[in-house]
Amino acid sequence: MLTLKFRHTAKRRLSGKQDTAIIGVVASGNLEVLLERVLPGAECEVDIATPITGYDETWKAVIDEFVERFSPGGLRISVNDGGARPDTVFLRLMQGCALMEEV
Amino acid sequence: MENAAIYAQASWFQATARQRVAGLLDPNSFTEFLGPSERVQSPHLHLFDLPSAFDDGVVIGRGKLDGEDVLVAAQEGQFMGGTFAEVSGAKMVGLVRAARDHKNLSQIILLLLDSGGVRLQEANAGELVVAELMRAIVQARSAGVAVIALVGGKAGAFGGAGLTAATCSRIAVSEQGRIAVSGPEVIETNKGVEEFDSKNKALVWSTDGGKNRRLIGGADAFAEDSMEGFRAAAKALLTHVPAFDLRTMQAEHKRLAERQENFGACDDAVSMWRILSIKNPEAIRDMDSKDFAALASSIKEANHDAR
Repeated sequence: MLTLKFRHTAKRRLSGKQDTAIIGVVASGNLEVLLERVLPGAECEVDIATPITGYDETWKAVIDEFVERFSPGGLRISVNDGGARPDTVFLRLMQGCALMEEV
Repeated sequence: MENAAIYAQASWFQATARQRVAGLLDPNSFTEFLGPSERVQSPHLHLFDLPSAFDDGVVIGRGKLDGEDVLVAAQEGQFMGGTFAEVSGAKMVGLVRAARDHKNLSQIILLLLDSGGVRLQEANAGELVVAELMRAIVQARSAGVAVIALVGGKAGAFGGAGLTAATCSRIAVSEQGRIAVSGPEVIETNKGVEEFDSKNKALVWSTDGGKNRRLIGGADAFAEDSMEGFRAAAKALLTHVPAFDLRTMQAEHKRLAERQENFGACDDAVSMWRILSIKNPEAIRDMDSKDFAALASSIKEANHDAR
C-alpha cells in the first residue's frame, strides 16, 4: 500500500458549518474521501492510501490544483483509493468540499 | 421539494449504502454509530495490499421511518462485494444485540443487505460473524424485535447474506434483488453446467431474482427499485411482523416442506410459475412492478403467516 501525504497552506479557510463529510466508495475506479474540519487556520492535509504505485506525481498535481482552486483551509482530507482516475479523484474532492460548505 | 421528489425515485440498485439510508429514512433523521471519522476499519486488508474503507463497508445507526424510531444497518455492496468480515460483521451483530438487550432502543431493525457473502481475506472471522449475526437475530426476534431485510443491491444477498435474510422476520426484495446461498458460479463449479448454467443470465435472474423469490414465498414484499419503493415496502411489512414462537416455526417448516414438494422437480422459474397456476407465466419477466406486486398478492404461496 502506497501512502502519500501532502501539506498545504490554503489561501483561506473553507466556509460552511459541516464538521465532517464522506463521499464515494472504495471500489474499482472509485475512491472514498473523508473530510474533517480539524486543522487551525488555512492549513490543509491530504493523506492518500492507494494500492496503485507509480502515480505520485499525478496525485501531487491533482492535489496542488485542487487546493489552488478550492482553498480547503482547515480540512484534514483522507483518501482510500480503489484505483480511481485523476478526473474521478478531482470530482470526489470537489463533491466533498461542497458537502462541507453546507450550512 | 422538487429535489426530494426526484430523489425518492432514485434507483436503490444504483445507490450507495449511505444514499440508501438517507433515502429510506425521514430526512435528516439518521444518526450514525461508529461513523467514518472513528476509523473502525479492517485490521487485515492492508496485509493483502488492499485498500480499507473508513466504515469497513457497513453503515449502522438510528433514525426515523415515517416518524417511528428504527435501527438500521446497510452493507456497501460495491466495497469488496459488501462482504461479511470481522469489523463490518461485528458492527451488525452489535446493533442487533443492542436492540435485543435494551428495550429503550427501537425494537425495529432494518437490514439493508447487499453482499456476496463472506470476505475471503477474512474468511474465518467472516464465517463466525455470519453465525453470530443469525444467532443474534433469532435471539432479538425471540425478545420481540422486528428484523426486516431489504434486498435490492448490486451484490444481491448471497452466502451469509442469504442466510441472514432467511432468519429475518420479513424480507422485501426488488426485481434486481437476488437472494440465494450459493451463487450461480458456485453451483455450476460444484454440480456442473447441466445443474445451473451461470452464463445463462435469463435463467439466473429468473431463478434467483426478486420476482421468483416473491412468487414462491422467499420474500414477503415486492419493492419498486427506488428509495420510495423500499420505504413503502418496509412500512407495509412492519404492519405484519409474525410473533417468533413455536406456532410460527411449525408453520415455517410446513411451508418449506411444501415448497420443496411443489417445486423440487422444476428446472427453471417458469415451470414453477406454471405450477402456481399463473395464466401466462412467460409474461412475468416483462411485467411492471405495480402489476407484478398485485399478482404476487393474489398467490397463496407468496402470502403466509410463517417465517
